[in-house]
Amino acid sequence: MKASPVFKSRSLPWLLLVPTLAILLVFLYFPVIQSFVLSLYRSNLFLGTQRYIGVENFRNIFSGTLAPGFRQVLLQTLLFSGVVVASGLAGSLALALLANQPVRGARVYRLLLIWPFALSPAVAGTIFLFMFNPEVGLVNQLLNALLGIKPRWLDTPALAFSIVCMAAVWKNLGYNIVFYLAALQNVPAELGEAAQIDGATGAQRFLAVTFPLLSPMTFFLFFTNLAYAFFDTFGLIDIVTAGGPVGAPPFDHAGVTSTLIYKIYQDGFGGAANLGFAAAESVVLLALVAGVTALQFRFGGRRVYYGGA
Amino acid sequence: MRRTRWLSHLLLVVACFFVMVPVLFAVIKATQTDTAVLTPSLLPGGELLINVHAVWVKARLGVFIRNSLFVALLVTVGKTLTALLAGLGLVYFSFRGKTVAFVLILLTLLLPTEVLIVPLFDLIAQRPPAGWAAFWSWLRDPVKVFLTPLPHGFGWSNTFLALTIPFFASATGVFLFRQHFMSIPRELADAAKMDGAGPLRFLLRILIPMSANTIGALAVIQFVYVWDQYLWPRVIIRREDLQMVQVGLNLIIGTGEGVQWGYVMAGALLTILPPLLVFMLLQEQFMRGFALSQSK
Repeated sequence: MKASPVFKSRSLPWLLLVPTLAILLVFLYFPVIQSFVLSLYRSNLFLGTQRYIGVENFRNIFSGTLAPGFRQVLLQTLLFSGVVVASGLAGSLALALLANQPVRGARVYRLLLIWPFALSPAVAGTIFLFMFNPEVGLVNQLLNALLGIKPRWLDTPALAFSIVCMAAVWKNLGYNIVFYLAALQNVPAELGEAAQIDGATGAQRFLAVTFPLLSPMTFFLFFTNLAYAFFDTFGLIDIVTAGGPVGAPPFDHAGVTSTLIYKIYQDGFGGAANLGFAAAESVVLLALVAGVTALQFRFGGRRVYYGGA
Repeated sequence: MRRTRWLSHLLLVVACFFVMVPVLFAVIKATQTDTAVLTPSLLPGGELLINVHAVWVKARLGVFIRNSLFVALLVTVGKTLTALLAGLGLVYFSFRGKTVAFVLILLTLLLPTEVLIVPLFDLIAQRPPAGWAAFWSWLRDPVKVFLTPLPHGFGWSNTFLALTIPFFASATGVFLFRQHFMSIPRELADAAKMDGAGPLRFLLRILIPMSANTIGALAVIQFVYVWDQYLWPRVIIRREDLQMVQVGLNLIIGTGEGVQWGYVMAGALLTILPPLLVFMLLQEQFMRGFALSQSK
C-alpha cells in the first residue's frame, strides 16, 4: 500500500537521508570495494608495504601451502555453525515450550530463562574459561573428587571444540527464547485444543500444529544464529582458546577452534600481519555471506507458514 | 492434571537451574577470598565488595566500563537520530531515487562489519592526507579511488571517533521506523501540515512521541550491540585507557599463571549489569516493538 507523499520538497528528503547514506557508503560500501582491491596486493600491516601480485593470494588460499589451513578452518566453521545453530535452536525451542505452559509463576520462570540475553560472548567465554580451568576450575575439581581424573579441557582439541560450542550455545539461549516465546504467544490455543479433541498426543500436536506455525520464527532465527556463529563468537573464542589448540591430522594446519573470522584476524593482525592475504580471505567470506543471503531470499517466501494469506 | 503440573514445575526448575549454573558459579566465586576461590568450595564468602573494588580500581574495569558506556550511549543516540530522519524522508516524501536509496540502506543489513575488518582498519587507521589538495586529487581520480589501495585514511586509531562515527547509521533502525511510520494514519500528517507544521516539527511533535515502542526496541538492540563489540575495538584501540569493556575483560584475565579469578568473576558480573538493566527497563517496548513484529 503506497500512500501519496505528504510533504513536498526536492532537497529536504535527501538532506534527511544524507547522514545514513554517507556513513554507509564510506564505512561499508567503500570497504567492500577495498577488500577486493587489497586482496590483489601483498600488504604488510607493520611495514606498510604494498605490492600488486594479482590473484596470488587467492591461489594460496585454494592451492599451495596455505590451502590446507584454509580448508581446515572452513570445515571447522561449518561444523561449529552447524552444532551451534542446531543445538541452540532445538534447546531454546524446548525451553520456550516449557516456559510457555500456563503454570503458576510462569513470569518468573520466563525471566530466569531469558536473562542470558544480557550475556556477551566475552563474558560467557570468561566464565567458561574459569569453569574448565584444568587446575582450579569447578568441573575438574568435581571430576577429580568423584572419578580422580583431570582432563586438559582447553589443550585437548576435541574437548576444546566442544567447550567453545557449549559456551556459544549458552550465550545465545536468552535471545532465542525471547523470540520463540513471542512467537508462541501468537499460536492460537484453539488449534492445539482441537487437535487434542481429535485424539492427538502431545508430540503429534507439536509436530502437526505448533512447529509449522513457528516455522517463520525458526527461519528467522536460523539465519540470525548462523551470523552469530560466524561472527559474534569471535570474542568468546579469543578468550577461551585464542583459536587453538592444533589438532591431530588432518586438523593439524590450524587451531581447531579457529573460525574463518578468527583466521582473518590472525592472518591480518597477528604475527604475519599479511593484510592482503586476510583481505582475500575476507572476499571468500563475503562470497559465502552472499550465498547464504541468496538462499535466505530463495526460500524466504516458501516452505514457511506466515499466517493468513 | 495435577501430576502434569507438578512435572512442569520440576522440569522448569531444572531447566532454569542449568541455564543459571555458570552465572551462579560466577556469583559465588566473586564473593570468595583469593585462597577460597581456588578451592572447590561453593560457599559464598564475604569478599564481594573487596573483589568489586579490586577489579574496578586495580584492574581498571571502571575505566573500561566508563569508556563503553560513553561510546554505547553515543552510538545508540546517533543511530536512532539518523534512522528517524531517514525514516521520515522515506515515508513522507516522494523523490527520484527513493527506491535505490532504500535498497542501498537495506542491503547493509546483510553485511556484518566483521567481514570488512581488514579494509575498515586500513581506512580508519592510516594517516590522513597532508591537506585538502591531496585529498581532492585522490578523490578526483576514479582509478585511485576504486582500483588501488588507499594511500590515506582517517587517522583515528586510538580515538573514540573510530568507535562511534562509523556506526552512526542503522539499517535495522531505518527499516523499523519506515515500517512503523507507514502504519501511522496519513490523516495525522495531513492535519499537522494544515496546522502549518513542517516535516521536522511533525517528526518532533507527533512521530517521535508515537514511536516509543520502536525507539525502545532499537535502543535495546543497539546498546547491546555496541556494548558487546569485541573485534573492532580489539584491532583499532591499542591504548589501555581507551579500551572497551569486553576487550578489557580479556586484558584483566591477562596471560598465563596467577589469574585473580575472584575479581575476574566480579568483573564478568559487572559487565553483564548494564545490558541487563537496559533490557529489564525496556523489555515491554522490546517485545512489542521488535520481537512481535518479527513474527508477522
